[in-house]
Amino acid sequence: MSVTASKQRVWTAVCRYCELTPGRGVAALVDGVQIALFRTTAGELYAIGNRDPYSGAFVISRGVTGSRDGVPTVASPMYKHVFDLRSGTCLDDPTVALPVYPVRRYRGLVWVQR
Amino acid sequence: MNANGVNPEHDATRPGPAAQDGARRIVVVGYGMIGHRCAELLAERAAAASPATAPVRITVLGEEPHEAYDRVHLGALFDGKSAEDLTYAAPPGVELRLGDPATAIDRQRKTVTTASGAEFGYDELVLATGSYPFVPPVPGHNATGAFVYRTIDDVEAIKRFAAGRKVGAVVGGGLLGLEAAGALKAMGLETHVIEFGPRLMGVQVDEGGGQALLSRIDALGVSVHTSTRTEAVEIGEDGAVYALVLAKGEDLSALPVDLVVFAAGVRARDQLGRDAGLACGERGGIRVDELCRTDDPAVYAIGECAQTVDGRVYGLVAPGYAMAETVADHLLGSDPAPFHGADLSTTLKLLGVEVASFGDAFGATPGALTALYSDSTAGLYKKLVIGEDGRLLGGILVGDASAYATLRPLAGTDSPLPATPEQLLLPASLGSAPSLGPDALPDSATVCSCHNVTKGSINAAIHEQGCADVAALKTCTKAGTGCGSCVPLLGQLLSAAGVQTSKALCRHFEQSRAELYEVVLVTGIDTFARLLAQHGTGEPDGCEVCKPAVASILASLGGTLGSGKRGSGRHILAGEQAALQDTNDHFLANLQRNGSYSVVPRIPGGEITPEKLIVIGEVARDFGLYTKITGGQRIDLFGARVEQLPLIWRRLVDAGFESGHAYGKALRTVKSCVGSEWCRYGVQESVKMAIELELRYRGLRSPHKLKAAVSGCARECAEAQSKDFGVIATEAGWNLYVGGNGGFRPRHADLFAKDLSSEELIRTIDRFLMFYIRTADRLERTAAWIERMEGGLDHLKAVILEDSLGLCAGLDRVMAEHVANYADEWRSAIEDPETLRRFVSFVNAPGTPDPEIKFEVERGQIKPLLTIGPPPQAGDGAGESGADRGGAHARGGDRPAGSEDERLVPAEVGA
Ligand SMILES: Cc1cc2nc3c(=O)[nH]c(=O)nc-3n(C[C@H](O)[C@H](O)[C@H](O)COP(=O)(O)OP(=O)(O)OC[C@H]3O[C@@H](n4cnc5c(N)ncnc54)[C@H](O)[C@@H]3O)c2cc1C
Ligand code: SF4
Ligand code: FES
Repeated sequence: MSVTASKQRVWTAVCRYCELTPGRGVAALVDGVQIALFRTTAGELYAIGNRDPYSGAFVISRGVTGSRDGVPTVASPMYKHVFDLRSGTCLDDPTVALPVYPVRRYRGLVWVQR
Repeated sequence: MNANGVNPEHDATRPGPAAQDGARRIVVVGYGMIGHRCAELLAERAAAASPATAPVRITVLGEEPHEAYDRVHLGALFDGKSAEDLTYAAPPGVELRLGDPATAIDRQRKTVTTASGAEFGYDELVLATGSYPFVPPVPGHNATGAFVYRTIDDVEAIKRFAAGRKVGAVVGGGLLGLEAAGALKAMGLETHVIEFGPRLMGVQVDEGGGQALLSRIDALGVSVHTSTRTEAVEIGEDGAVYALVLAKGEDLSALPVDLVVFAAGVRARDQLGRDAGLACGERGGIRVDELCRTDDPAVYAIGECAQTVDGRVYGLVAPGYAMAETVADHLLGSDPAPFHGADLSTTLKLLGVEVASFGDAFGATPGALTALYSDSTAGLYKKLVIGEDGRLLGGILVGDASAYATLRPLAGTDSPLPATPEQLLLPASLGSAPSLGPDALPDSATVCSCHNVTKGSINAAIHEQGCADVAALKTCTKAGTGCGSCVPLLGQLLSAAGVQTSKALCRHFEQSRAELYEVVLVTGIDTFARLLAQHGTGEPDGCEVCKPAVASILASLGGTLGSGKRGSGRHILAGEQAALQDTNDHFLANLQRNGSYSVVPRIPGGEITPEKLIVIGEVARDFGLYTKITGGQRIDLFGARVEQLPLIWRRLVDAGFESGHAYGKALRTVKSCVGSEWCRYGVQESVKMAIELELRYRGLRSPHKLKAAVSGCARECAEAQSKDFGVIATEAGWNLYVGGNGGFRPRHADLFAKDLSSEELIRTIDRFLMFYIRTADRLERTAAWIERMEGGLDHLKAVILEDSLGLCAGLDRVMAEHVANYADEWRSAIEDPETLRRFVSFVNAPGTPDPEIKFEVERGQIKPLLTIGPPPQAGDGAGESGADRGGAHARGGDRPAGSEDERLVPAEVGA
């Protein structure tokens, strides 16, 4: 199913930008990996791992986004841990971080790289 | 202090130059804010004096029947505070004689006589008689329904009269007039402000500031009439105010009103002094020197009744406190600081509209420069007056006075500006937010100008005396107990010292939930974005605390907000609201520990037909859901994945079910016993009542979940006394209990009202719930709310049963809107394709279930199989997805053609 260089990091289109609700996330399944994708109220895109490390459930995409000292954040809906959308770091516990994926908007579509 | 044990009543009434016991007698006339402060300081000084000095006896004569109170916050009486909340503690050892004004001073004999004929001898006399509201002598000014706004008694009279009336006007658009307008507004009256001058708050703000203020006040729904003279008050047939005759230039018009409040300025109450032959100013005020002495060295005058050496009469608390300090030090302390005059800095906050004016606000200093930021559409105006040397001289802030607390202490000092003027002026969203924190202040800067407390003393109180919250700082240093404008700064100093306390909802809003509710109610703001921009702390976005809390407020006021949307009963997932909701509200179901959801259909009163019971069973079987009967007499279906939710709802809705709102901070169930229809002990039909209540309040968003129950007789099989509201049938009707709680901290409900008819019961619960929604904190159950309420259950009863705050009509209206606009959220969701689109596990693979949600079987039903381990690494390939991508294509019309082409490298954006 993969196209050219399977070793090369590829960009995958997952949805149209306009389908994303500002301030909310969606989950995308890219090569079997669950990615939580967010469009913030400011219009920025972020992609981080969808698994909440504190519960083991794949729910990060369903959290409420926000900001903390200007840093864009999402709060896991399970136990409300807050993560930095840019770095994946848990702001309540900096030893924990979610994986971060490059994400771009191009031709009206949202592309994630992994 | 009358530590000598002599009955002061006896001794002080004896006229003559000296007390028999040799005690020094100080009499204070007037027990207002300044008289109180002076008595307090005198008591402190006397207590600290060496035992060798003569004992001091302090007597205070007050006209008002109340103990001294915080007049500045009189408006809080319209916001649910009680008179007790504003009352100051009497200083220890001071003899108070209240409700008996002084009528004459005999300076030869050194006595004061009161209205009741009592006579008090003094060695020193302090006059603190304050001022009285000036009422322009227009015809009809003393009609029934015409008021002034200065005392607790005034407020009570206004409240009593306003109940059931609709339109109010305030004559005077200054600080007091706007305070009064805020009060009328808080009572739900259509409010007008009549101002003779060309702008509001003409003393404090300049023309630009007046413009911004006008647009703000206007947006609050208060009608402002500037450059308008009040010619007369028309009196109706019932002898009460009927209309105001207004003149604008040559034009005369009539404004129909039910009530008018005169706030056209104050005049010093100097009559007592005048009659005793003390020198007074031409425009009023007993003349004093820089030690606050009148021309009789044994008589002092302080506060609003005094004309100070600079020829002014100060109508603010801070100068009055300074005078009290001067007199107390002069009489009983040492080194009195002479009073030469004071700064007229003020700040007003009228339901979120902030106005501040400080230092040389009008730029009167020669060579002063002005830096200005103004946005008239947003109602923002900020002006800084800067001296030739670059130091701050003063300023005016309208619409956003957050900088006041930090800037005012700097004005007129040698401290340099903490940032460039542009940085200080630009709204945080435009410029880089300057560091306006308390760090910018030197230790010597005055943080609280009312009580002259410096940053250094506040920090000492925090670090050395262990003050850990604003309340402690207030007790310890007095800072914050005057006008209150420095309280935010106190909070910042506490946080800077690592002590964090605040009623702020979260870092994005300084307001509590209840305050935000008021802001939304009054301004009609109907989006989170606007609320954050206009009333937030300047962060670009909210968080998981404020967003759902605001969503809840918007939902509970939904029917009454927004111009074009009135009565549309907007869905909680409509528009911007969708982004605000917590996951439960977002998916209209309850998130469970493995990421699946549970579904609870409403079964009002726990009554269900066999057919419906069978449908629930079939749905549970067909979707493989774990099924459990809840404590609230309904059935919970667990283990649904997001994409299954709409399918499940469709089946349930078709069978006549609707959402049970188990997911929302809303009414859960009204539990009931079987009642008099079946039970041989029952005295009323409890099931019928429970169903009626449940259908009435279903979907009502509140600060926390709400539980209720109805029992058919005193045997209480429905456990109503453990609910937020519980109803127990009596022979004569219904008893209502409120504030019960099971859960974490169980609490028995309190009996609220007895033997109500069904209509009375419903009306009472309507108001109880709406008052709770309006004033409780986020996630505060009714039990905690009542326990926290000042005045407790009695206050609550007064508000709801006697309408003591005049709120009931408004509460009824919002509830009526709720009932009229209720719609089933499940049905609305399945009927709206836009909303339905969200119910997929994966945006790019809508048909694929979340492979991580797995179950095992126990006791014949499913249970979550939890996988707690490291997150799958990139490339693990935990699930197969390629096959389903076609589904995404079907919806994404303008995607690159061909499913394999999805994996490509977009050239322009690069990797
Ligand atoms: C609604 C409102 C809002 C205000 N907001 C602010 C604000 O934000 N900031 C600010 O700095 N100031 C504000 N003020 C002004 C502030 O309240 C006054 O400056 C302050 O109360 C003056 O104190 P005082 O003791 O001189 O006078 P008062 O508080 O008026 O007290 C005088 C007392 O003396 C009594 N008295 C009079 N004559 C006699 C007599 N012959 N015998 C015995 N007792 C007598 C009176 O009954 C009264 O109780 C506000 C005032 C009002 C009404
Ligand atoms: S509360 Fe009274 S009416 Fe209801 S079931 Fe119990 S005994 Fe019967
Ligand atoms: S400045 Fe008024 S209370 Fe502190």
